Amino acid sequence: MKAYLVVILVGLCLGFVDRCVMLRNDYRHYPTYPHGHLTHLAMGFIAAGLGAMVVPAISKPDYVAVTFLVLAAQEFRNIRNMERESLGKLDENKLIGRGQDYIEGIAKVFEARNYLCMSTALISSAVTHIWSWPLGVVAGLVCILLSLKWMAGRQLGEVIEISRGKLHFAGSLLMVDDVVIMNVGLPATREKILAEGLGIILHPQDDDARMTLDNIGQRMAIIYDVVSILGSKIEINETELHPMARKNPDKGYLALFIVPNEPDVESLIDIVKKVPLLESAQGIGLSSLAGRKAAD
Amino acid sequence: MNETSLNHCILAIVCRRPEKVSGACPTFIAASQEEQQNICLLLARILGGIVHDLENGVYIIVKH
Repeated sequence: MKAYLVVILVGLCLGFVDRCVMLRNDYRHYPTYPHGHLTHLAMGFIAAGLGAMVVPAISKPDYVAVTFLVLAAQEFRNIRNMERESLGKLDENKLIGRGQDYIEGIAKVFEARNYLCMSTALISSAVTHIWSWPLGVVAGLVCILLSLKWMAGRQLGEVIEISRGKLHFAGSLLMVDDVVIMNVGLPATREKILAEGLGIILHPQDDDARMTLDNIGQRMAIIYDVVSILGSKIEINETELHPMARKNPDKGYLALFIVPNEPDVESLIDIVKKVPLLESAQGIGLSSLAGRKAAD
Repeated sequence: MNETSLNHCILAIVCRRPEKVSGACPTFIAASQEEQQNICLLLARILGGIVHDLENGVYIIVKH
C-alpha cells in the first residue's frame, strides 16, 4: 500500500490542481455559477482520484479494477447533462438567453475538463511510479499547461474584423449601413433608437468565418455576451429594442444592432471580439477540396 | 403554468382609411395620425407586440 501511496497522492493532487486552474468564473458566468464551484471541484477530485488509481491497479496487477474507468466516463457524461439542464432552465427566465448552441458548448467543455483532469492524474502518477515523484510533479505541471492551452478555445476576433456601422432609417426600416434589421413603426421608438442605439458590422475574414456568422447559435452567443456586459433596454412587453444580428446575404457580413444601457461602441467591439467561437457553429467548408475550389 | 400566445401573426391593425384593410383581424380606426400612433403604442404594450409601419397609413401590431 505504502509503495503506491506516493503515486496516488501525486496523481490526485496534480489532477485536482488542474481542475482548480481550469475552473473560472467571469463576467458571463462562464463556465460556472459561484455555487457550482464546489460541485465541479468535487467531480474534479473524483476524476483525479480515478486517474491516479489506474497505474497502481495495473501494476498490482488488478486489471478488472481498470474497468471502473468506464463507470467514470458515464459519470462525467452526467456532468454534461447536469450543466445543460441547469443552464437551459435558467435560460427560460432570461430576457435574452444564451441559446442551445452556447449551452451545449459550455456543457461539453465541462465534461472535457474532467477527462483532462483525469489524464493529468494518470500521467503524473505513471511518471511517479516509473521514475520518481519530483519528475511526476513536473510531468503533471506540463499537463496542466497543456490543458490550459487546449481548453482556451478560439475567439470570434480571430476570424472576423469589426467596424462601426451607421444606424439610420430607410422609411420605416431600421438599417445598419446597408443591412436591414427590422421594421419600426412608431416615430418615438425610431428617435430613441437613433439617439441611444449602437450598430457594428462584423466582416468575416474567409468563407469559414462567413458560415460561422450564418449560425443562429453563434449570433445568439454574441448578443448574449454583449447584453450581459453592456445591458439592454429591452423590457418584457417592449420588445422593439431587442438586440438583433442580421446579415447581408450577398456580401456575408453581419450587422449587429443594440440599444445598450452603456452606449460605448469601443467596449461593444471589444466584447464581440472576445465572444467564444462555438464549436457547433464553426464553418469548415475550406477544409474540403470542393470548398477550397468553390472559394477561389 | 402553460402560457399560450399568438406569435408571428397580425394581432391588430390601426389605420385611418378603413378601405385599405380587410379580413378578420381586429382593426382600429383613428381620426388623426397622433391618435393612430397613440393607439398603436397602447396596443403594443397591452399585447406585448411590436408596431410595424406598412408606409401606406396602416400600422400593424405583431408579436415575434
